Amino acid sequence: MSRHRLLFTKTGRAVYISHLDLMRTFQRAFARASLPLRHTEGFNPHPVMNFALPLSVGTASVCELMDFDLLAEPLPEDTEKRLNDALPEGVRVLKAYDSERRFSEIKWVCVSVRLEYDKGLPRDLTARLRALYEREEVLVPKRTKKGTADFNITPHIGALTILSQSDCALIFEARLSAQNPTLSPALLVQAIELYEPDLKPDFAAFTRLELLDGALETFR
Amino acid sequence: MHTRVALCFPDTYEIGMSNIGLRILYAIANDMPGVWCERVFAPWGDMEEEMRRDGIPLYALESGDPVFMFDIIAFSLGYEMAYTSVLNMLDLAGVPIRASDRTALPPLVVAGGTCAYNPEPMADFIDLFIIGEGEEVNSELITAYAEARDAGLTKEEFLRRAAKIPGIYVPGLYDVKYNEDGTIASIEPREGAPYPVVKRIAEDFERAPYPVKTIIPTTEVVHDRTALELFRGCVRGCRFCQAGFAYRPVRARSPELLAEQAREALAFSGYEELALLSLSTSDYRHLGPLCDALLDYCTPRKVSLSLPSLRADNFSVELMEKVQAVRKTGLTFAPEAGSQRLRDVINKNVTEEDLLNTCRIAFEGGWSAVKLYFMLGLPTETDEDVLAIAELAEKVLQVWKKHAKNKNRGVRITVSTSCFIPKPHTPFQWAAQVPRDEYRRRVELLRGAIKSRAITYNWHDPETSYIEAVLSRGDRRLGAVLERVQKNGGKLEAWEEYFSFDRWMEAFRACGLDPDFYALRERSEDEVFPWNVTSVGVSRAFFRREWEAALGGAVTPDCRVQCTGCGAAALLKGGRRCDE
Ligand code: SF4
Repeated sequence: MSRHRLLFTKTGRAVYISHLDLMRTFQRAFARASLPLRHTEGFNPHPVMNFALPLSVGTASVCELMDFDLLAEPLPEDTEKRLNDALPEGVRVLKAYDSERRFSEIKWVCVSVRLEYDKGLPRDLTARLRALYEREEVLVPKRTKKGTADFNITPHIGALTILSQSDCALIFEARLSAQNPTLSPALLVQAIELYEPDLKPDFAAFTRLELLDGALETFR
Repeated sequence: MHTRVALCFPDTYEIGMSNIGLRILYAIANDMPGVWCERVFAPWGDMEEEMRRDGIPLYALESGDPVFMFDIIAFSLGYEMAYTSVLNMLDLAGVPIRASDRTALPPLVVAGGTCAYNPEPMADFIDLFIIGEGEEVNSELITAYAEARDAGLTKEEFLRRAAKIPGIYVPGLYDVKYNEDGTIASIEPREGAPYPVVKRIAEDFERAPYPVKTIIPTTEVVHDRTALELFRGCVRGCRFCQAGFAYRPVRARSPELLAEQAREALAFSGYEELALLSLSTSDYRHLGPLCDALLDYCTPRKVSLSLPSLRADNFSVELMEKVQAVRKTGLTFAPEAGSQRLRDVINKNVTEEDLLNTCRIAFEGGWSAVKLYFMLGLPTETDEDVLAIAELAEKVLQVWKKHAKNKNRGVRITVSTSCFIPKPHTPFQWAAQVPRDEYRRRVELLRGAIKSRAITYNWHDPETSYIEAVLSRGDRRLGAVLERVQKNGGKLEAWEEYFSFDRWMEAFRACGLDPDFYALRERSEDEVFPWNVTSVGVSRAFFRREWEAALGGAVTPDCRVQCTGCGAAALLKGGRRCDE
């Protein structure tokens, strides 16, 4: 039995929908779209849905992946439209398709990071940021199952590209380790606060742009 | 020109979006041509702080427009402890709190809901109250408002006109005079305003609007589900229960219509839970066939069915068995009083035998958790009645020991008590609440009597119940207290983290009002009650007969056994009869 997969975006006001709420939202959207999900067996049946990399509240994405099982095979042709009619503003299905690739193959996630400075960009911002992220060791406290532990973020940062720059905002793209370990883009900002406090932005926003496998190819 | 209505719920989004009444009224208003109705909820404290700091006034969810721009600002009053939230929301909206400080039209500030049956504590703040069910009268009111606005009427002119709409109470048109002892000497309507204002009802409940297309929250709310309203009203006559009298007479929907509504609403929403709502679900005449029809639809779609408000009887357990085919969560019963004598006083006709029998079937069927709800401080309650609660819980435990299918899993019996609050428009409207210390003494008495470790005892603190008792039967003079509590930070007081007893007591002192006068005083037979301005359709003579029957421990049959002439039948026109 092949798995069905959705590629969808979560942008605008939808970034405030938490992961748990998003699962519920999808569950209802499938029901409203008359696409009955297959449920697990057992005492507490729940619909079979599996998200590739759960997104933090506040982070936008144009490359979310979710697997699901329908009661009926195969995938109806108008799945995208039916779901989009049932989904809230900000959550859009781009593509529904079958895939054999496993989410564990995802190695990198490309994220755009927008740093806002109400009083204008600090001097040498880009150079200093590059220098910071290229250090051998940048330890940031990271929450683990056993409390918090220091976590060296720099080995897990790939390429860094400046996307755009204005008077009060800098947007750069970073390639971050997607899993094992996961490097959340929020830690990039936390590192600034810890090591370059005068570069601390007034506001930071993140958007997931792309998922890559170990060969740096787009993962679908 | 559009008429914009801000439907305000004086509590959080999570609570407000769970309210079926709000969903119904929202849909009705938006179905009217030329009307745009939006939702407004109370922000949580942290959000409010940010809003006040940045000068963001309270706004409506759909458009984001500030509430002060709206034509009609309508509040739903379901719980007395939300009163200060109403004031706080007006304040956050930049709208003057007192009706007398709002001389122009718009905005028109209105309120309805169960608490409006005693509108008096909120009389200083609300321009007009909608008494009873809003299905019909809301549209009449919105239309009248739009006409008045287009004709350029002043607020006073409009209010005089609005007072002529049946079910509308305009507090500014009534003069209240007081006796030396603080009781009311007279309530006098001016300019032909009706006295009392008789509640409105959705007479033809089968045809009353039921929105199948509702807003589906993306965040989790308290009751996140499709809800069907089986019937309005209640055939029982529990003497403490305001809803039981306020929603008389009983009007039911046909099972065919309900099943259709369920199918449509579930298909539209994609909800995974369907709840059957009413004051006493077991009293729905077609409950069995309805559940069968609903299960046929729900089971293959993995939609679960929930049945709150079931009575403790065998039929209920059989039904639960069917409905909760997989998971057996706890059973909940509300005997309300521990002894048969006291249950007779309150006319709660559930017997110990019923209850134990039901528990036996449930334990045999594999249930292992039972919750029992009681009130302490009911009229005529003695220590024996209090101790009877412990005895009843102990008997339930014995039943489990004897009949449980699987004793290894153990049993959890939870006893909860709250402090009885006498409510207006009930037979207990004359009664005194017990003082807080006395409630605590009874709690200790009961606590000491519960010996088994399988029985857990939870009790509510009496402070909130005391304030609620004051507001429930309060008069207009309490407006000053509410205003002061809000000014001192009072809001969202249904939430423990926001409730401050001291803040209330300080406000009573500052305003020179004695809260005991409202909560702890037994009223004389012919006292003029503040809520005499409204009528729920049940006569005062009936309530008095019921109060005397209660004191004599005499039970009154329910409406199906025999009509006892409460008066509510007169609300039905066109030859309809109660509970048809
Ligand atoms: S009029 Fe009779 S049947 Fe109707 S609600 Fe009153 S007591 Fe019940």
